[in-house]
Amino acid sequence: MRRRQVREKLFHWSGIAAVVIALTLVGIFFGTILKTGLPAFWQSTFVMDVHFDPEVVQIGPKPEPMPGESPAAYQQRFNQWQLDLGFVDFGQIIHKSIVKQLPEAAEHPDETLALVTSGELFALRDRVVADPGIIGQTVRLKLLADANVDVWLKGNIDRDLPDTQQQLSPLVRAWADQLQASGVIQNKFSTAIFMNPDSRSSLASAGLAGAFMGSLFMMIIVILLAMPIGVAAAIYLEEFAPKNRLTDLIEVNINNLAAVPSIVFGLLGAVVFIMWFNLPMSSSLVGGLVLTLMTLPTVIIATRAALKAVPPSIREAALGVGASKMQAITHHVLPLARPGILTAMIIGVAQALGETGPLLLIGMSAFVASIPATPFDQSTALPVQIYLWESNELRNFFEGRGSAAIIVLLGMMLALNAVAIWLRKRFETRW
Amino acid sequence: MSNLAVVAVLLVLVAVAYQIGLARSRGVALASGVRMHSLPRYHGLLVVLNAALPAIAVYLLWSLFGGSVIEAMVLASLPPEQIPADELQQRVVLQRIQNLASGFGMLGEAQAYEQAAAAYLQSLTTTGQAVTAALMATVAALGLFWSWRGTTPQTRARNKVERAIEIGLIACSAIAIFTTVGIVLSMLGETIRFFQFINPADFFFGTVWNPRFETVGTSGQEGFGLLPLLSGTLLIMIIAMAVAVPLGLMIAIYLAEYAPYHVRNVAKPAIEVLAGIPTVVYGVFALVTVGPFLAGMGELLGVNIRATSALTAGVVMGMMIIPFISSLSDDIITQVPKAMRDGSLALGGTKAETIVKVVLPAALPGIVGAILLGVSKAIGETMIGHGRRQLSGADGQPVRIGFHHHGVHHQPVDRRPGFRQPAVAGGLRPRTDAVRDDAGAQCHRAGGGAQVPRTIRVINDEPTH
Repeated sequence: MRRRQVREKLFHWSGIAAVVIALTLVGIFFGTILKTGLPAFWQSTFVMDVHFDPEVVQIGPKPEPMPGESPAAYQQRFNQWQLDLGFVDFGQIIHKSIVKQLPEAAEHPDETLALVTSGELFALRDRVVADPGIIGQTVRLKLLADANVDVWLKGNIDRDLPDTQQQLSPLVRAWADQLQASGVIQNKFSTAIFMNPDSRSSLASAGLAGAFMGSLFMMIIVILLAMPIGVAAAIYLEEFAPKNRLTDLIEVNINNLAAVPSIVFGLLGAVVFIMWFNLPMSSSLVGGLVLTLMTLPTVIIATRAALKAVPPSIREAALGVGASKMQAITHHVLPLARPGILTAMIIGVAQALGETGPLLLIGMSAFVASIPATPFDQSTALPVQIYLWESNELRNFFEGRGSAAIIVLLGMMLALNAVAIWLRKRFETRW
Repeated sequence: MSNLAVVAVLLVLVAVAYQIGLARSRGVALASGVRMHSLPRYHGLLVVLNAALPAIAVYLLWSLFGGSVIEAMVLASLPPEQIPADELQQRVVLQRIQNLASGFGMLGEAQAYEQAAAAYLQSLTTTGQAVTAALMATVAALGLFWSWRGTTPQTRARNKVERAIEIGLIACSAIAIFTTVGIVLSMLGETIRFFQFINPADFFFGTVWNPRFETVGTSGQEGFGLLPLLSGTLLIMIIAMAVAVPLGLMIAIYLAEYAPYHVRNVAKPAIEVLAGIPTVVYGVFALVTVGPFLAGMGELLGVNIRATSALTAGVVMGMMIIPFISSLSDDIITQVPKAMRDGSLALGGTKAETIVKVVLPAALPGIVGAILLGVSKAIGETMIGHGRRQLSGADGQPVRIGFHHHGVHHQPVDRRPGFRQPAVAGGLRPRTDAVRDDAGAQCHRAGGGAQVPRTIRVINDEPTH
């Protein structure tokens, strides 16, 4: 008898242990992501005066089309101007600004430029293009430090490693420490991760904007296509479909598709949309179509559940007072099932938002350095961007950057789910 | 005629047709003095269907085929000696002509034949657009007229409209069939092409997965054995099950049988959070946290576990499917009738004995279903393994399935010194990695074959050798 009771206790405690282990896993999971991701929103930033020296910046204003000029000729003139702009040495401007803070850097322009991420050169150029009047003035600017400098200053690399394994030369490391001590380099909250597209040459200013737009386009496409199609299919199968071979086939198909691994939809998209229909590869249009196909079964199944939850008495009452079947559904059943349908939609969108596998196969893992303006442009998606960043060589930097991206992604998904829960609570009807 | 304008015109047409239908049905009702079969708005909708649908169809046909037909005609009109044989070159020629025709102009002098072709292209486009517009107008007018005449008290407008809607609904649900057909077809074609290169026997029973293409500089197609991929997937799956089944089941039992109400209310959703997290995030978690942790544990125990082993992928995948098993099993255990428990307890069984000997057998079918769902989830998963690719990718030294790797990262400490570990001397051949393991094995299982090379080309920065 005692042995049996001991066993009973053991069983009880192993149950508690399992729950505790699972909850600990959840805790560790979110803990590590927050711990690695949150600091990445703050980056080492130069705060200093930058003088746009007219000696260095010798460039005319942006050419405008002249009357009587053919577009092709204007394009040529414009290209020439861009070429000239490309030859302006903005590095020299940054070098001079740093020398003002750190006189010993005067002899080493290359090492000085290793301190600032190269994307800031283009940021300076864009400033000049946007406002040519800036030439000759001195402006106080915030410039992002190079990713390696950020890693060094945050202690994300072992400072005791020998020089051969360090990314920065001893000189640059000493300068970085010196500039940080004198307050020129500060750890500031950086908007680069939100405002910039991805970058490979200027790692410190790589951002999520491109991936975010890609994801946004895909979500819009998914909502526009999966919502009407899914709801229509669910209405037909739940309310109209006679029991026959065709509807059986459709139902089996939908249940099967819900269980098909998502990567297979990527193969389908690659073959059908890209090879047969010649849609642009890596575009969020194809991504949205693939994700629509992937989420359709989920949306259909969840919508059917929502329709099923509307008691038959509602339909019977409508039919009883002379409504047609279609009227009973559109006037009575659908409005009552609306919260359930919305929830189904949000679940589908959240699933699509986090999906990576199929997107890799339609080329959305490509490196895209511009923010897509239309669904036809090449783009990536948030989860793919995480995947790309986590596979970057400079892991000491991108482990944090990637985790920051994960925080953004999880934040969006949590928001979507919160909306779903709120909708459910708000419109919940008890029969 | 831009697309936006056409859409606007079509919308106007829809609105006008609806109003005409409404007015007409009211007029007929007043004139005849009889009760109409259908409400006025159904007559309106019927007119919309009759007038707008054909017009839309005409426009779709034009936008689908119009461009390519015109291009073919322009190309045919060129002097034969100016038509390049190469298709890409043809595109260049057409692009020049289109630039000319659209008034963008070109640098340098345009040839006479190019000018002529541009003029021809322009005239064709204008004619085509005019014809399409005229056709759309005619069709719409005919539809309008026809339904105008057909509006009588006896017209069963509602039934017709509802029938049309129902056909739309059926079409929407048929998309599921098209998707399945698309999957099968896309895989079938590629598979057949793949097996023209690779002997099926080599593929299914080969033990080496080391695909190389001509680009890498090797001749011959070999190393397309499926077994390593399959064994990798199986291994990961078994480890995942070993983690998830005991944990998930015990969680389900505890939550269903022992847990107080408020504990259950908190713990269940907290665990279910795991099910909603994108798999790529799990991949990162495996890479950053679990892998180094397991490697450290292995070091303590004297076992050499790589941070990128199947163990890591398996453990993390197990973590991912815990909620599938726990939540579903929980629901099923709760559904076991209380009478069965009471019977066992009345006969003197302890609670544990009741659960193991009475409740679990009763719930077994459902629990097995839950576990199978977890397994299918685990098999179909791609992204968790991607961490393994990254560790390898960083050094250009890909990894092989299993616990023993040629990877360079022996310990978590190794991740610290920045990028570019000193590369390991040659002799290490590119091996597979988990993305390929899972993706590859997956599409083979589903009957696809040739996707494997494409997959790799798209995903993998092909390691040079």
